[in-house]
Amino acid sequence: MNKRTGRLLAGPYLFWMIGFVILPLLFVFVYAFTNSDGNISLEAFRTIFTATNAKAIGLSLELGLLTTVICLLLAYPLAMILNGLKIKSQSFIVFIFMLPMWMNFMLRILAWKQLLNKNGVLNAFLSLLGLPGIDILNTPAAVVFGMVYDFLPFMLLPIYNAMSRIRQDWIEAARDLGAGNLLILVRIIFPLTLSGVISGIVMVFVPSLTSFAISQILGGGKVLLIGNVIEQDFMQGNQWNAGSSLSMILMIFVLLSMAIMNLFQHDEEGTQLW
Amino acid sequence: MGKKHLIDFVDISKSYHHNLVLDEFNLYIRENEFVTLLGPSGCGKTTTLRLLGGFEKPDKGQILFDGADITNVPANERKLNTVFQKYSLFPHMSIAENIAFGLKIAKKSDAYIKDKISYALKLVNLDGYENRSVDSLSGGQQQRIAIARAIVNEPKVLLLDEPLGALDLKLRQSMQYELMRLKDELGITFVYVTHDQEEALTMSDTIVVMNQGYIQQIGTPEGIYNEPENAFVADFIGHSNIIDGIMLHDELVEILGVPMPCVDKGFGINKPVDVVIRPEDVELVAPGSGKLHGTVISNLFKGVHYELEVRAAGYEWLVHTTKYYEVGQEVDLDVIPFNIQIMHKPESSDEKAVEIDE
Repeated sequence: MNKRTGRLLAGPYLFWMIGFVILPLLFVFVYAFTNSDGNISLEAFRTIFTATNAKAIGLSLELGLLTTVICLLLAYPLAMILNGLKIKSQSFIVFIFMLPMWMNFMLRILAWKQLLNKNGVLNAFLSLLGLPGIDILNTPAAVVFGMVYDFLPFMLLPIYNAMSRIRQDWIEAARDLGAGNLLILVRIIFPLTLSGVISGIVMVFVPSLTSFAISQILGGGKVLLIGNVIEQDFMQGNQWNAGSSLSMILMIFVLLSMAIMNLFQHDEEGTQLW
Repeated sequence: MGKKHLIDFVDISKSYHHNLVLDEFNLYIRENEFVTLLGPSGCGKTTTLRLLGGFEKPDKGQILFDGADITNVPANERKLNTVFQKYSLFPHMSIAENIAFGLKIAKKSDAYIKDKISYALKLVNLDGYENRSVDSLSGGQQQRIAIARAIVNEPKVLLLDEPLGALDLKLRQSMQYELMRLKDELGITFVYVTHDQEEALTMSDTIVVMNQGYIQQIGTPEGIYNEPENAFVADFIGHSNIIDGIMLHDELVEILGVPMPCVDKGFGINKPVDVVIRPEDVELVAPGSGKLHGTVISNLFKGVHYELEVRAAGYEWLVHTTKYYEVGQEVDLDVIPFNIQIMHKPESSDEKAVEIDE
């Protein structure tokens, strides 16, 4: 294949990139640095430094971190258990964990809204057992619950991937050299799954930070994340400039977190998913 | 050698999924001995090594180490180290960190560890490799690091599981010399597992030939090669002519209808036996002057010798000779009594494992 046909083949992809990635980003950029009259100004950035926005950013970071930590604490032992299972049942159980991902996530979140409702299925079940009901709908706890539920597979998969690559004979070699279970975990298993853990952290933290649908549905409009503020700016307040500048800020957070993760990422085998 | 037993396997049985791998297995290993467990795949040699290493538990029986029962002692508390078939170096550590792994767990001082690393690297001829990554080393180099990583812990026994299996012939031979040198320098016991009979003959003080979970023969390399106890050992150690024979009486055996004098006694009268004759022990003589008359049916040049197939008395004899013979040439075969090995036919269940299935 000569150079020219090679370039031609890249055409549709290039068109896609420009039309659906670069141009929209440019629009956001332009809106962020202009005012409502279309003149260049930093007015939009000035207007976003309000108490509401700062609170929304703070809450987004807090809930994002919390979600990430909970996902990690759940996914790591789970990946270890899955990896220890017999080969046949292993892939089936991983499949079970992946199955919900193939359903529309809005539907799943809406289902949780029904389940978590004060008069919903969960509380009906609890009262049947004589237990006190829980009322977490429309609180940050519900939002975190929804995000953990939604993003857990993104934490589980890269860790499980990294873990399944650890050869049994490395473990045996470590044991042979005098390492007990704890030392094997700390010195062998954890370092060898670190790249998967980092991928998982990014894969969970970034969507949690930018999520708005989960907080809207399970937070009932009472939990305002940065994503919700942006959505309101665009859809309700017609403040495209402020929304764009907030998006820019959010993008900086995302890029920053990815850059930090990249510092720790030394994996050439492709454990990372992005 | 008369040295005391360091390791004793006592009545060990082990099965996987109802598949008996070792059956009432007994073996002792002396101090500072190079013992090779030799056999085809599935003979139980690797299982024996893994039982000793502590990676498997026997269903029945005891393993004694220096007189103490270690059957239930976990691998990390046994005073022996293993060199694995796949090298098994930790990929996330440098060469120095790999070698230091066991020493750090044993809480040795930094200075001691540093000394040990450079000593071990010198021993395996890889000094200066401290900070290299595992990936940047060839298979042979990785194997030597694996050996270094094991010996810095000063184990009493070094277990080696087909450590040279993945290397090419030249490298394998030079590693064989290195292993023998290491054994002499370190003065520790080597338990070596292989299916390569040449490797076993070259390096071992004692060879344990195994098949289907039973020990077939224990002996020195010379003993195993020159006096195989049964048809399996004879066939597994080098090529052999293994022929059905009848022991007419002491020192006379009938092979393919021809009585031949031999040196063996005590087999009884008119007993069916297996007869082993090494290809280099078959002599080709002028027609009319030997015991069996035959025709050369193939001739392969092997470098040091020619490998002939000679059909005589209905059997295709494998013959090694330094003289050239034409295919189709008529020759006579002769064997001196000393070179005829007589072996019992297998009778008991233990001995069933001697049957050769190829």
